[in-house]
Order: sequence, then structure tokens, then C-alpha cells
Amino acid sequence: MELGLTAGTRESAPVFEHCGLNRLGIAPTDAEYDALCRRIRGKVLELSHRAKTPHLASAFSCVELVAVLLGSIVKMSPDNPYDPNRDRFVFSKGHAATTLYTTLSTFGFFPESVLDTFGTAGSTLAEQPSPRCQPGVEAATGSLGHGLSLGLGMALASKIKEQSFRTFVLMSDGECNEGSVWEAAMLAPAQRLDNLVAIIDFNKWQATGRSQEVMALSPLKQKWEAFGWSAYEIDGHNTQEILSVLSKVPDGSGRPVAVVANTVKGKGVSFMEDDNNWHYRIPSEEELLAARKELGLI
Amino acid sequence: MRNAFASELTTIAGQNKDVVLLSGDIGNKLFDKFKEAAPKRFFNCGVAEANMISAAAGMAMCGLRPVAYTITPFITSRCYEQIKIDLCYHNVPVVVVGVGAGLSYASLGATHQSCEDIAILRVLPHMTVICPGDAHEVRSALREALKIDGPVYIRLGKKGEPLVHPCQPEFKVGRGIVVKEGSDVCILSTGNMLPTAVECGEELTRRQISTRVVSLHTVKPLDEQLLAEAFSSYSLVVTLEEHSLAGGLGGSIAEWQSDRIGLKARLLRFGTADAYLHESGNQKYVRQHFGLTSDSIVARIAETLSEQAGR
Repeated sequence: MELGLTAGTRESAPVFEHCGLNRLGIAPTDAEYDALCRRIRGKVLELSHRAKTPHLASAFSCVELVAVLLGSIVKMSPDNPYDPNRDRFVFSKGHAATTLYTTLSTFGFFPESVLDTFGTAGSTLAEQPSPRCQPGVEAATGSLGHGLSLGLGMALASKIKEQSFRTFVLMSDGECNEGSVWEAAMLAPAQRLDNLVAIIDFNKWQATGRSQEVMALSPLKQKWEAFGWSAYEIDGHNTQEILSVLSKVPDGSGRPVAVVANTVKGKGVSFMEDDNNWHYRIPSEEELLAARKELGLI
Repeated sequence: MRNAFASELTTIAGQNKDVVLLSGDIGNKLFDKFKEAAPKRFFNCGVAEANMISAAAGMAMCGLRPVAYTITPFITSRCYEQIKIDLCYHNVPVVVVGVGAGLSYASLGATHQSCEDIAILRVLPHMTVICPGDAHEVRSALREALKIDGPVYIRLGKKGEPLVHPCQPEFKVGRGIVVKEGSDVCILSTGNMLPTAVECGEELTRRQISTRVVSLHTVKPLDEQLLAEAFSSYSLVVTLEEHSLAGGLGGSIAEWQSDRIGLKARLLRFGTADAYLHESGNQKYVRQHFGLTSDSIVARIAETLSEQAGR
């Protein structure tokens, strides 16, 4: 199925050629990011449909966040993905791996032919990432509540080894149910880890209910503030807002940075938006078609 | 054992700038010298073991050699999933050190006793499990563990256990150390049961039962060569451990044994029962309760040997 997604090299992906403050010093425009995110969603849909894997709505809520992180913020090059000085990006909400895989492939970390093996027997790309399954996948995730602590260790290592890399951790809001998240939340400010960033994809749903009703998550930004973090609240689908807040890390406060990104679960396809059935549902052929139409891909 | 651990780690940290120590809010004063020698490489991670293990994994992923330390149940069962996923699945070089293993801290009650840690850790792929028998072995185990490119668990007793080896023994991970030679019975001891194993060996020898005593400090990987030899040369192989009979050294050897045919020896296992202790009591008391004193061990060995002779 041709979705207009070009093969996974920067050379052949014109939209992304100048997509990166870190690479060429030019921020992409809103329109470029919009087109990029539509393509990512289209591919994520295709992968989910073909491999019959769930968590589509969770994958959609973080598309802009992952696109901006990998496109403009995280200093990690597909040409040298294991550079010891690279920024670390820990994708802690492993259930949304299709967004991570698609974005990495789009930016040339591995070819689209590898991406297309997703979920097939023997593929390096499992439903949730395994350790270093492909370049750019920093850690195996899937069990929630590990990523922030892993990232904390990486941020500490950066300080101990007197390196300057930063660590970005993307978590889900349901993930904030896990006690280990708050263990890390207490240790990071104590160690003054201003090179650590926790980004929460706050889509207001977890697997079986509203995240606020299940665990009284709100007020989330204030919680991080109270734990000693420099906390921001943004629209997690507004690429300029994401860029603006993540471009300022460390932010000068001497504290770790928490970004509560307000998002919509299933964002981008009207019949999936804020409908938690799409945490588990697999799109049918008709739904795939309708979604692709809405995304402007056909 | 714990003082030997702290002292050896301090020496190693002076030699290897990648070694970092993470502690779960224990070891007051124990690490003062380490903190002096490597102030930027000591982290009190608080009473938050899950985070401590994952953070250690993150550090190891960035080229450091973290050693994570706290009381055994809290650094094993409390944060088991972090050990499984962040250390073992990623196969990163983190040394997990549990102090007060088995019944060392018996008087603190079942919350601080740990008779299941060997079992739950040895089933994890990539994990190496070492239970040093005395302070000398602790030093060697730590040095060797830091050479392994993957996760290692070191199970310590407490402080003040008797030294068994007269000097630093030759120590290889996965190879038992013969402490005493003998030809009738082979006692395989792991961890802090070693002094008791030696006592048993001496008493059995007095009773004309020639006894070999081995410190089988590595439970995973097992010393298969030593086991093959023991099970073909002796009529009785005995395991001693301050750990549940299920899944520990004895359990592990029973698995090994069941996969092989034509072995001569019978296996007799000593360990703790499938029960929690609810009453108060120190290590000595609880060992008595579980039949882990040299008197009761020697009696059962003698009894088993006469049963075998009578057949």
C-alpha cells in the first residue's frame, strides 16, 4: 500500500530534509510538521491494521511529541546512533511503539523495509520494543514505570562522566500510576538533574478508564512542581509549543524538567479521537480507508 | 562480609573510575571511606529500590559499572521486575549486592529474612548468582563480578562471620573451592553456611566418615565439572544453604541431577522449609528451627549413610 511515505532515508524524504534544529539549524514550519505527522499516523494505522496490533489511540496521541523530539530536539544522528555523546530518548510508553518505529524509520534510522516487518514472526520490531532492536531505540519498554528511572540513570551518568548529553523520557499518563515513577520523581531533583526531561503524554485515558477517575492524577503539573521539578503544561499536538518548551533544556532552574503535554487519545482521526475503545481495537479495511481519507493521504 | 565488601569496593573504585555505588539508604558510616575516595560516585537512592535498580541499568547503558546495595529482600523481591527487565533483558553490567541474606537478620522477622532470592534470581537469563562463603570470597567475588559483562547478584551475610580460608583463595566464578578433602561424603555449601559445613566435615571425620567440603559459591552457572565428579565419586552429596529447599542450590543441583543418568550419589539437601517464622529469634535460633546446625546436619548425614549401607 503506497501511503506516500518515502523510504527511510533522509535523502529521499524531502519533507524531513531540513527537519531538525540539531541537524541543519532550521526549524521546520507548522505545515511541514503537519504533513509529517499525517504521514506518521497513516503508517501507524497501516502497521496496526496489517499486524493486527492494538494501542492505536495511544500511538496517535504522541505523534507530534515524538516527531518534534526526534526531528528537532534529540541530538542523535542516524549516521552515528550509538555516539556516546548523543542525547538519550527513552520511549517509556512501549505500547505505542508503532509511533516510535515509524518516526525513527522516517528519519533514516532504519529502512522502511524493516519497518514493514513489524509484528511478523522473526521481525526485530516486536509490538513493544526489545533491547536495541533497531538504532534509535534506547531501551526495551512495555512494562510501565521503568523509563523515567532508566533515564535518571542516564542523566546521572552524563553528569558523572562530565558529558553534556541530555535525556528525554516520554511517558503515558496511565504510567504515572506506577510508584516507581514517583521514586524517580523524588530522586532526580535531589540530584539536581537539570539534564533530565520527563514528558507526559496526558491523553486523559488509561487502558480501561479516565486516568483522573482511576487514580486521581490531576493536578499533574502541580504534582511535578511539588516534587521539585520545573514543570510546564503545553498542548501536546502543537508542534511550535513542543519545540519552544523542549528547546530550553536545561532551562536554567537547576531542576529536572517535566512537560505535561495535553493530548487527545486517538488524535487525528475523528472517529477515534477520545474514544477509548481504540486502546484495543484494530482498524478494519473500511476504517483504514476512512482514516486515511481524513488524514489526507488519499 | 559487609565490611569486606565496603573495603574492597573502595579499593576498586580507586582503580576504576567507572565504578559507582548506589545504596538504598543503608550502610550508615559503612561507606564513609568510599565517599571520601569517590565522592561523586556514591548515591544514596533512598528507600526506593525499584528506581535504584533501573537507574543503575541506565548508568550501565552509558558505560558505568554500578554496584547497587541494600538489604537482600529489598534488592531482590522488592524490585524483581526491574532486575528482570532493566538488568537481565537488557543484559547490562550491574552488580546487585544483597546484605543480610538468608537468616542473617533473622531477629528482624520474616520481612528481613530472605530465603527465596537465589531461586528467583537464578531463573533470569543472563544473571550470574554468587554466594560467597566468607569475607575473603566476598572480596574475590566482587572483583570477578565487575569483570562480567552482564548482571551479577552477590548474596552477602552480615558482619563478623568467621573466616574459613586462611588467605585469599583462588576464586573463579562458576568454580567451586575445595576447602577440605575427603572420600565418603561431599558437602557442597553455598554462602554463609560455609563455616557450618567445615564444622560438619570435621565432626564427620572424627566419626571416621571422610568428608570433602566445597564452597560452591556460584549457584549460577553451576560448576558442572565438579558436580559430575562428585556424583560419580561419592555415594552421598549434601547441599547446605540458608535458603529455601525450593529453588536454591539444592534445588538447582536436583534439576541438574534429574537431567542425567547413571549417577552414583544420592543427594541430601539442607535448607529452610516452606514456611515463614512468626516468632522472635536470632539467626542461631532460626537455624536450629530449620535443622541447620552442625549437630543436626551431621546426625542426618550419618543416618543417611547407615541407611545406604544397610540396603
